[in-house]
Parts: sequence; C-alpha cells; structure tokens
Amino acid sequence: MDYLVNVDNMTFSRGERVIYDGVSLRVPKGKITAVMGPSGIGKTTLLKLIGGQLQPDSGDITFDGDSIVNMSRRELYQTRRRMSMLFQSGALFTDMSVFDNVAFPLREHTKLSESVIATIVSLKLQAVGLRGAAQLMPSELSGGMARRAALARAIALDPDLIMYDEPFAGQDPISMGVLVKLIRELNDALNLTSIVVTHDVTEVLTIADYIYILADKRIIGEGTAEQIKHSDSELVQQFLRGEADGPVPFHYPAPSLQESMLGEEV
Amino acid sequence: MNWIRQIGRTTLDRVSATGRAGLMLFGALIAPPSIKNIPLTIKQVYVVGVQSLAIIIVSGLFIGMVMALQGYTILTDYGAEGSLGPMVALSLLRELGPVVTALLFAGRAGSALTAEIGLMKATEQLSSLEMMAVDPLRRVVAPRFWAGMLSMPMLALIFSAVGILGGHLVGVDWLGVDAGSYWSIMQSTVDWDKDVINGVIKSLVFALVVTWIAIFKGYDSIPTSEGISQATTQTVVFSSLAVLGLDFVLTALMFGIE
Repeated sequence: MDYLVNVDNMTFSRGERVIYDGVSLRVPKGKITAVMGPSGIGKTTLLKLIGGQLQPDSGDITFDGDSIVNMSRRELYQTRRRMSMLFQSGALFTDMSVFDNVAFPLREHTKLSESVIATIVSLKLQAVGLRGAAQLMPSELSGGMARRAALARAIALDPDLIMYDEPFAGQDPISMGVLVKLIRELNDALNLTSIVVTHDVTEVLTIADYIYILADKRIIGEGTAEQIKHSDSELVQQFLRGEADGPVPFHYPAPSLQESMLGEEV
Repeated sequence: MNWIRQIGRTTLDRVSATGRAGLMLFGALIAPPSIKNIPLTIKQVYVVGVQSLAIIIVSGLFIGMVMALQGYTILTDYGAEGSLGPMVALSLLRELGPVVTALLFAGRAGSALTAEIGLMKATEQLSSLEMMAVDPLRRVVAPRFWAGMLSMPMLALIFSAVGILGGHLVGVDWLGVDAGSYWSIMQSTVDWDKDVINGVIKSLVFALVVTWIAIFKGYDSIPTSEGISQATTQTVVFSSLAVLGLDFVLTALMFGIE
C-alpha cells in the first residue's frame, strides 16, 4: 500500500514534559486515518508536527517521501500547499466574509482571475452546503457552519492531505452527522487522504479506514474499526467504553486522602 | 539563594524575548515589499493612523491651549508675551508633539495591535495562515509595522499643528497677544532642520519602538484571555517607558551637546 505520511520513531517534548516517545504511524493514501486518544495527550501537536509547525526532538516525518523535518523553509511552504488543516475553532479570518475566506488561499497562491475564483469558491461552498451563506461574516455563523466554511477553505486548493483537528468537538447531533458525511464524501470524491484527530469514538469508528489510539506518549492500539473494537488491551477498551476509571486513572496522582486529611501518623 | 536564581532566570527570559523580538522583525522585514501587501498596509494605516486622529487632534488642541495659558502668565511678568508663539511651537515640535503622540498611540493603537494579534493567535488564525503556506510575519506583522512607521510621524505633525492653533486661540484670541508677533517671531525662531526635522526623527524612533513592542507582545502572547490582557497592559507600560527614556537620550543627542 502507498503511504502519504510516515511518522518514524518520533520523539517530541515540550520543556521537561515528554509528549511522544518513539511514536511511529503511517497514513495510507486515499484513506481516512483516525488518531484517537484522551484529551491533553497531544493529538493536535501531532498534526502540527506533520504540518512542520513544530520540530520533533528525534525521528523522522515524511510527506509523500520527503522528510518534513529536514526541509528548508521554502520547501516546507511549497509542501504545505499540498496539505491543509481544519482547526478546531475553524480559524476563519474574522475580518473577511465566508466568500473571501474561501477565496483567500486561491488569491494567495494562484493567478486565477476573479471570475474563475468566484466559480471555484461557489463550488466549494456548494460542496459543504453553504453557498447561500457566502456573504455572511464568520461572526454570523453557528459553530457547525463555521467549521463547514473552514472546510470549504481547506479544500479550496485541492490538497492531497487534509488534517481534521477535533472536527466533532462541541457539535450538535445534526452538525455532527453533516460533518461525518462531509469528511467521508469529500475524501472519496476528491481522492483526498484524511487524518482525523478526535476523541469521539462512535463517529470515528463509522468513517475511519484505519485507527491509531494514542495514550501514555505512544501508540497503544491500531487497526481497522473491527480490530479496535475487539482489541484485548485494557486501555483501549477503557477508552472505547468511556469508563471513568481503569488504566487511565480517575484521580490525578496525589497522596492518599486519609494521609492528607489526618496527617502522616495515622 | 532563590533570589539569585530568580535574577538569572528573569535575565535569561528577557534576553531570549529580545532575541525573539529581533527575529520576528527581521523575518517580517527581510522580504521585499510585495504588491499584495500595499492594500493591507493602507488598510492598517487607516486603522492605526486615521482612527487615531480624533484623540490626537483633541489632545493637541488642549495641550496647545494649556501651554499658551501657562506660558502667558509667566512671560507676561517679564513683558515677554510676544515670545508666546515660539514657546508654544518649540515645545510642541521638539518635545510634546512626538512624545505625547507616541504615548497616545501606544494607548490607542498599540494596545489594539497587541490584542488583535494575540486574539488571532488564540483563535488559531496565525497557525492556519502558516498551514495555508502564507507567512504570518509577512501577511500580518509587516503591514502593521509599516503602517505604524508611516502614521506616527504624520500624527505627531498634526498634533503640533493643532497645538499651535490651540495656542493661538488662547494666546491671541482670548488673552490679546498680538497675532503678528505670535506668527512672525515663531517663523523667525523655529528652525526647519533643528526643530521640525529633529521632531520627525524622534517620532520615527518612537514609531519603531512602540509598533515593534505592540506587535511582538501580541505575537508572543500566551493565547489565553489572561495572557492577552497581560500582553496588552505590557504593551502600554513598556512602550510608554521606552518612549520617555528614549526621549531623554534623543534630546541629549539633538539639543544637549552644542
């Protein structure tokens, strides 16, 4: 199988705190790969590492065979034109209308005439169901609409790879359904490769072709949805079932309650 | 021993922040100005310059009026009220115009720049620019920097001009100083190079410092509500102190050593 992104034995830390310790994963071309894990594990960090916004301490990350880690700034910017990212907040430019937001990457990176840009923007907005909202400002959109508008912007340049950062977080059931459908349909229709980073288990199991589960600075489980469901790892099962206590403890590490309340002599 | 460690840490933090600030400005300015950036810069001149006009004009008017009033009461004791014009004009052109404009600019436009860039960072707009292969330093930082550099000297000149008119209003129209002597002594006393150009140079230096601090504080802010509020406050405090300190140095260089 052909892989678009390859993370090889990557280690990354912020100050003293180690986020990843020897993580390896591969993202097959044309498929939806999900990366799941508890909050605060550094899932967004992984996307920033793949996008070259952060540098790993050791290990390598390649995009279509080229090492992101060793790229010059110019090469990195060239490569980024082939990838795009849907941020959790949407990250629409608040001083531009939805139309201008979607047109932004086209105006920056192409020499297309305004009429061609208008046509492309309309098509992209049609794909996410927001053609009627083209002239609205981001502040006039609901959370779900903002994310769809950002998705239209993310596919404006027809990238090879699209990275979704928590696309389902804070969405109502209808918006969630719309986003799930869009991610699947866009991936297949545009022959994209998608990485979805999320902790919404149910949604991801329905759309992902391959799943990695991150916890404890490494990958603790991987496989197709079926394989993951039948994994014998306690940690994976705790995560899938949403149990409060288990290998990931409910309590943040602390001395015993008895000891702190009554003193050490007890 | 803790305080020694604290001093060391603070020093290292300051040095590294200065380095980051330098790199940010270098990254923003190294690129040749692109045609695409011209409309962005014009928009920013409107935001930081034109929208600061009201506060600059009102402050300039009142400061000119107060100076004339204060100057008149002192000069009249010596029968020298004819020198009111040059007194008002020189104080404004050499000192108050550049300095007060820079202080007002820091409060009105500098804080807005910091908050805007800080919020762009918090809402991931800067990250999304980077991921769209658009350098935020060139797209966001450079136009705002050039807008500050262009706007502040013009605002300072407007401030001084309005202040001189304010001085005329009080000195001539109200207190009865002779209009001819107000203007003619001013004309013969104020030197183009020494007074006007030096004032503009001061203003350019202040523009560099205030805009740089404002942009860097936003760009380097911790992207939380507390972080942005702290960065905004620091912009106003640091740039005000820098302006006042630099004003002394520049005054000493320009007027102190004959």
